[in-house]
Amino acid sequence: MKKYYLGIDLGSTTSKAIIIDEKDQIVGRGITNTRANYKVAADIARQEAVYDARFNLLHAKIQPEIQANPSLVKYLEDIRRVFQYVQFRHRMLRLEELLAETAQSFQRHDNDVLEQTLSNILQTIRPRIRDGFLHRNLGGQNQFFRDIVSEQYNLEVSSVPPELYEPLMLAFDKSITPVENEMFTQSFEELVYEAMRYLNEKYQGLADQPNAGAQDDWYYAELNSSSKSFKSIERTLTQYIDDVVKEEIHIANMVGTGYGRALLPFPEDCIMSEILCHAYGAHAIFPNTRTVLDIGGQDTKAIQVDKHGLVTSFHMNDRCAAGCGRYLGYIADEFGLSLNELGPEALSATRETTICSTCTVFAGAEVKELLHNGEERPNILAGLHKAIVQRAMSLLARSGGVRNEFTFTGGVARNQAVLKYVTEMVRESYGELTMNIHTDSIFMGALGGALFARKGMIQALPKEVAAKAS
Amino acid sequence: MSKEAIKEKSMILQKEMVEGLFNELDRVQETGKKVCYTFVPGNLSELIRCFDMLPVYPEINALQNAMRKKSAGYIKEAERHAHSEDVCTYVKCDIGMMIKGNIGPTGSKIPDPDVLLLSYTGCFTFMKWFETLKRSYPNAEVIMLHTPYQENGEMTPQMTAYMVQQLEQEVIPKMEKVSGVKFDPEKLKKILGLAREAQDWIARIFETTKHRPSPIDAYFAGVYYIGPINIGFRGTPEAVAYYKELYNEIMERVLQGLGPITPEGEMPEEKYRLVVEGPPNWTNFREFWKIFYDMGAVIVASSYTKVGGVYDLGWRHDPDRPLESLAEYCMNCYTNLNIPQRISLLSKLIKEYHADGYVTNSIKSCNSFSAGQLAMMREIEDKLEVPVGFIESDLVDPRYFSYSNIKNRLESYFQMLAQRKFIHETQNA
Amino acid sequence: MSNLESIIQSCKEVAFDLDFKQAKAWKGESPGRIVVGYLPIYMPREIVHAAGGLPVGIFGGGDRKPIVKGDAYYQSYICHIPRSVMEMVLDHQMDHFDGFVFPSICDVIRNLSGMFKQHGFGRFVKYLDLPQNFVPEIGGRFYIHEMEHILRYMREVNGKEVTAEDLNHSIRLYNRNRELIEQIYDLREEFPWRLSLEEWYYVLRAGTVIPVEEHNERLHAVLEAIRQPIGTPQDRIKVVLSGAFCEQPAIGLIKAIEDAGCYVVEDDLMLGSRMILGPIDDQSDDPLEAIAHAYLTRSRYSSSIYDVHQPKEDRLEALVQQRNASGVIFASASFCDPSLLDAPIFQNAFNVRGLRYIAFQYSENINQFKVIKEQVGAFADSIKLWEDEPAEVSIA
Repeated sequence: MKKYYLGIDLGSTTSKAIIIDEKDQIVGRGITNTRANYKVAADIARQEAVYDARFNLLHAKIQPEIQANPSLVKYLEDIRRVFQYVQFRHRMLRLEELLAETAQSFQRHDNDVLEQTLSNILQTIRPRIRDGFLHRNLGGQNQFFRDIVSEQYNLEVSSVPPELYEPLMLAFDKSITPVENEMFTQSFEELVYEAMRYLNEKYQGLADQPNAGAQDDWYYAELNSSSKSFKSIERTLTQYIDDVVKEEIHIANMVGTGYGRALLPFPEDCIMSEILCHAYGAHAIFPNTRTVLDIGGQDTKAIQVDKHGLVTSFHMNDRCAAGCGRYLGYIADEFGLSLNELGPEALSATRETTICSTCTVFAGAEVKELLHNGEERPNILAGLHKAIVQRAMSLLARSGGVRNEFTFTGGVARNQAVLKYVTEMVRESYGELTMNIHTDSIFMGALGGALFARKGMIQALPKEVAAKAS
Repeated sequence: MSKEAIKEKSMILQKEMVEGLFNELDRVQETGKKVCYTFVPGNLSELIRCFDMLPVYPEINALQNAMRKKSAGYIKEAERHAHSEDVCTYVKCDIGMMIKGNIGPTGSKIPDPDVLLLSYTGCFTFMKWFETLKRSYPNAEVIMLHTPYQENGEMTPQMTAYMVQQLEQEVIPKMEKVSGVKFDPEKLKKILGLAREAQDWIARIFETTKHRPSPIDAYFAGVYYIGPINIGFRGTPEAVAYYKELYNEIMERVLQGLGPITPEGEMPEEKYRLVVEGPPNWTNFREFWKIFYDMGAVIVASSYTKVGGVYDLGWRHDPDRPLESLAEYCMNCYTNLNIPQRISLLSKLIKEYHADGYVTNSIKSCNSFSAGQLAMMREIEDKLEVPVGFIESDLVDPRYFSYSNIKNRLESYFQMLAQRKFIHETQNA
Repeated sequence: MSNLESIIQSCKEVAFDLDFKQAKAWKGESPGRIVVGYLPIYMPREIVHAAGGLPVGIFGGGDRKPIVKGDAYYQSYICHIPRSVMEMVLDHQMDHFDGFVFPSICDVIRNLSGMFKQHGFGRFVKYLDLPQNFVPEIGGRFYIHEMEHILRYMREVNGKEVTAEDLNHSIRLYNRNRELIEQIYDLREEFPWRLSLEEWYYVLRAGTVIPVEEHNERLHAVLEAIRQPIGTPQDRIKVVLSGAFCEQPAIGLIKAIEDAGCYVVEDDLMLGSRMILGPIDDQSDDPLEAIAHAYLTRSRYSSSIYDVHQPKEDRLEALVQQRNASGVIFASASFCDPSLLDAPIFQNAFNVRGLRYIAFQYSENINQFKVIKEQVGAFADSIKLWEDEPAEVSIA
């Protein structure tokens, strides 16, 4: 039986999971938002990683046939999208139930209007979200259940009669948290076949009625390419799926890390500091890394590593959280933007407004005053991004500077504006050197954890470890 | 080890001394003894004793209030009276306690000061603190003894002369006036002789941590050990007896190869030896300590235990140079050393006590300690290649103690130490 | 541009030149010249001048310098000025300084002196331990030793032996400087609209970075200019600004206070330049003794001087009365222990005595003053209303 190893990084904003095989190759990635119940967050991340691993296995299995049958890839992609949607839908149904119950429990004099409005809202957003998943790859945009639903829901609620606004928002707040903290355990098999049934219906329908696409609200674009051959493709794929479903993803060992690691329901010796894990993960991808900068939600870390990927020194931001990911969240709120919109808008700046304070308390007021004085929003955002990176640079200086190859990890590394300033400022202070930013930057901690899980270099009594090693 | 065994004889002696002082403070109205408020760094215990006065240490009251979970309320009280959230919480805790009736940690009212003796050593805030106290006690005599800073890493004859002159012409005459006791140089000499003895013992006690395993924790237990010598008992036969007893008890542990005693009993294994810079947090002292001993970390030396005097480098009170040695004592307290001196002292400790790591507990309240700690850490890490750790907390403000934050950083730090030890040991195997 | 405007403009430029180019140029003009940087609050600049040196005030980077390296040295709960000073020195903006003097003010600046020593910045670093004992034979003697120590350091750099005559000459120049400054304060008290605090601040602060001879000329020209009836009086209250003696507030804050309806007729922004009240004896055979004596017996109060024998609340109240001010604005740098620990002393006394004040905190790099402006505006309005009330409500 093949052995797999799991690393879970329970961050303050997102929880990440990585599964590797015995050759240290990443076979699955999972990510979700961290929520009140850390165990659920970790379990979902893990579940996502296992699903991902199975899809990747599936992809590997069809590899030999792809040349002959390129539509297979297309079809597999379709399945993945629908798969995500199916998962979403299960949770959404639960949320709808709970929303209705909650609204009912208010017992207002106008409860029937309230319930009707709620029902209308849900009717409206349901197809919109489905479209989002199937057409705009909503599932692949770093947005999680809560983000997706609340964005749509809030949009609708903003146009209801004023007296309904409060109760509708309250109902949502009361319902979303329990739903989010609920674990839905469906097997891969169930979900994938459910996804295929969805597809099947549609493909079938389309084959029967060539013009049905007009009233259909989803999927016709992609269907055109595969509608004719879907039956044969489906048959081929089903065989492989059955194989993959049978395959056991046996997690031989796992390591939990991250800000919330102490709360993970793991045995103590399976819990490791994220400092060590980030460094180890970064080192595994870029073996010449000597300095790692990780900007996470709660902490920023400057880490120096040796040639083995082991930490020689690290420094974390002090108690003031200015300059961490959370600060970006705060700024996004201040501007009424989503986190994903910050970077692109900052990049459109013509210049950076000087922002003196990275203090979350002061910055808000400073931003308001700047806006009031007619500063352009992109310029202010650029200045804010720059200010955050300055804090990170201070931390790097505190830890002894950038010594050699530099790797930038953490969720914030996905923000293009942050990336731009990190690149500029590292070059400015330390000259030309190799800078690594991986697309998997957010998974580095989880990867490090998985690697430690495989190698068994868990914190044990040094002597015992030494004895084992020799 | 059983709970009974923890109550060593030395602990009983210490308890008796401290209780005795508080009893005497309770009875000043009957005995007519004069009360002298002063601070630990650069405390003139010998001189205070010479005039039969009783010392009160506001910062000790503050830390004891914190250990009894009373500081938060006092700090808030001071903040309601225009004290900023940004400043020293020892001051605010003391001011808050005063506003609330000056009921001390033992539950009885602390007597008002007859004299505010500001032997102003190593901390500007002391000066501001006594300016504030003077307004509350307008009738108290104020004595300012300016201790020059060892800015150039030395005590020059001019610095000593300046202090001796202040002692002769300001401090002693005012103390005579307040106490009604004539200054007796012979009495002072005798007291200084006993002070010197106590210093010899305490220096030896803090050297026992060179043993492996270290028999004591020089920080978490060390703060108890420095109690008597810092709060007025230096120069008494009781203090000499206490430290002698303590030393013997510790040596007994060394002979048996025992590690430090923690609140949860004996530490089973010494995994890491650390040198710590900075005062401890008092509001969550036990929790804070536990993070260390749970991970097998013992502190073999700390700078904080030297705030009331640095005895490592051989300096002692000298009965033959009474006033000069009082002056030197003040100038030689840890926070009166300049940054290069502090770096060199800490480096010496790291090397001589075979420390595996160096940890800074950066205290929000205490700029005297904290400003420059990052530079010191950088220097020590670069020169000694010792793994450094950095955490933040506060003296007596519980709002500034984040257990999860500190634990997170220390866990990472200890795991890093474990890795390094592992590498080191496999390479040497 | 009028003469006054051009003086103000050029003062503004030199005062905020974080590269201290003027000092560099001055030093280059003649061999043996040295530049000695000093931090707030007070430093006897006469001795540097007498040794052929230019004393240069280091007041931080204000809101003009992004901080990266400086933050590496300081925790978030420490004030801002040491960060920007570290940033400047690490950015080589003070490479042409021969030495640095750190007068005793607080633990943060004291420890900064040690960091300078550890890094080896300049040819010498001296923490100037100003005496807290005010008996001339005790504290005075110690202070003289401290000054001699600085003189010795400077002699090691340029070999110049300083004579009593050199010192007396320097004392005369600085006496003149202090005299002119006080004359301008006096005139501003009467006609504050002729020279705004912002403009005056530029002129005053320039005096910390240019030769005293040159500054005296500029002060003289300013004084002449504001003797003319220029500007238009506005309905503003007169206030004293207190607490901003080390880390300097951003210009925007200084402007905001006046724009919100105040004339600041007394302040401690450049307290060091005004520390000594009245002239120092310039005929003495022992000029160091004269400097020490003046400091011990005729200095202003400050948060760094032990004040028990001369309570600072009394002295501030006297200043308020002397300047006919209606109230005090307490502005403290965030995390500034000396200023913030004085605040309750002042405020408790003022509450009892019925003196009007407001208090807020700032940081040199903070550039948003909307809230402060509103506060100050409300304060000014309340005083205007209050002053219209019958006399019995006024200060008892």
